Amino acid sequence: MKDVSPPPVLELHWVSHAYRSGPRPIPALARVHVQVAAGEFVCIVGPSGSGKTTLLRIAGGLLRPETGQVLLDGEPLTGPHPAIGFVFQRTNLMPWRTVLDNVLLPLELQGPIGPPEREKALHLLETVGLAEFADAYPAQLSGGMAQRVALVRTLIRDPEVLLLDEPFGALDALTRERLNLELLALHARYRPTVLMVTHSIEEAVLLADRVWVLGGQPGRMVAQVPVDLPRPRNVAVVAQKSFGQLALRIRELLGLVQEAPRRGVGHPPGGR
Amino acid sequence: MDAGFLWNSQPGSPNSRPALGRGTAHLGWTTFPLVLAGALGLWEALVRWQDYPPFILPGPGLVARKAWQMAVEGLLWRHLQATLLEILLGLFLGIGVALVLGYFLGKHPALEHLLSPYLVASQTVPIVAVAPLLVIWFGSGLVSKVLVCALIVFFPTLVSTVVGIRNVDPDLRDLMTSLQATPRQVFFKLELPAALPVIFGGLRLSALLSVVGAVVGEFVGADVGLGFLINLGRGVLDTSMIFVAVFSLVLVAQLLYGGVRMLEHVFLQWQRIGR
Repeated sequence: MKDVSPPPVLELHWVSHAYRSGPRPIPALARVHVQVAAGEFVCIVGPSGSGKTTLLRIAGGLLRPETGQVLLDGEPLTGPHPAIGFVFQRTNLMPWRTVLDNVLLPLELQGPIGPPEREKALHLLETVGLAEFADAYPAQLSGGMAQRVALVRTLIRDPEVLLLDEPFGALDALTRERLNLELLALHARYRPTVLMVTHSIEEAVLLADRVWVLGGQPGRMVAQVPVDLPRPRNVAVVAQKSFGQLALRIRELLGLVQEAPRRGVGHPPGGR
Repeated sequence: MDAGFLWNSQPGSPNSRPALGRGTAHLGWTTFPLVLAGALGLWEALVRWQDYPPFILPGPGLVARKAWQMAVEGLLWRHLQATLLEILLGLFLGIGVALVLGYFLGKHPALEHLLSPYLVASQTVPIVAVAPLLVIWFGSGLVSKVLVCALIVFFPTLVSTVVGIRNVDPDLRDLMTSLQATPRQVFFKLELPAALPVIFGGLRLSALLSVVGAVVGEFVGADVGLGFLINLGRGVLDTSMIFVAVFSLVLVAQLLYGGVRMLEHVFLQWQRIGR
């Protein structure tokens, strides 16, 4: 295990899981043992069926692992926790609520809503440029706007840990890129610990401090790739040589690089 | 009570184009008096052309006079009142039980499997066959009518409630779980608003059927009510009285239906907000 200087916020201790709803159990995740430091941004990549979403749901307390344990700030996690915020691939906005009321939902479930809460929601909406849509209904929003609202709804409880399950997977490439940059800015500003499942390797390298590569069935941790690109990052990072090298390295780990004309091209020396 | 009332803007589909609904409603309001006048004219023409005796087919004028006379005597109001009371009590009872039962059946599929054969059976027996039994058991007073009405009102609301609750987006349930919502919060903030559009579809049907229920109950045995008036009119060949009773029933049904539509309008405002 690699030593990280800040104390781990989230720890998964030898977590395994199998789904038992069908006639025979389907193993999903095998002996995953990892930790995430405070403020760290981790992206999870892997082929479909490698247990990415299972891992995320276990980390968020939505799913109880069959074996192993999840620790949040050193305490065992037994279920959903107020310090953990989820953003799903589908925005999951309630169509009968306005944007503002959707954002306020998490607070509403905790207690009465007053002017300070409303103020906070409006302020957060402002940071993603949606303040004037506060009274609109989800049906009136574009996909990118809806996902921004979903993100803001998660942020309203000031979560310590943010779990994102392919949040931008359903969006077009341009919107997706813009939202990635907004996510970078939000992370720089609020410094939550982030665990994000993604299908895009470039997205993972752009955003993450560390990329977890899952593989196999049941999914196991193939490698943890540190991304030592300097922060704060912007789009220019994409043009850096090390960006391409990291992306290639992850592709290799995923088994996507076969029969390259000359082997070893683009290998970061030593890798780390 | 405009034309095209039944089919414009289905509440079940969130994507129904609101513009279309609004357009036809407008058309309905302006053309409604014209259509009514045309129908009355045709009716009058038919009576004059064929020279029907009033006990076969009274003209609209005769029916209007009869209605006026019955209204002045207080007869119409007395019978209308009785039927209305049966309908409203039947609606409350039938819908109330259907909503509660439907919610639990929707939440627990196993329970639905267990009960659905009986529920289906209860609906395959014609209500006219059950009504005499209810009259024998509960007398020819208010109770038996309310029960017949409740019985016929029950099923559409039940089915729509089961479907509505079952169709609540599982991802939204996930969201509520991740936010540590209590079961009470899940019900009021997710299940109820999510199922409401579908439930209203059932309520519309129930509202219309309630009128049928009350009349069937009154046919079997009653000494007051619009259904009783129809029976009476048949007995003494007072055809215009039958017409007055029938039109009153139609009016009651329209008002009930309009009432449900109004509730929909209030509660499902968000559905009319288009893209």
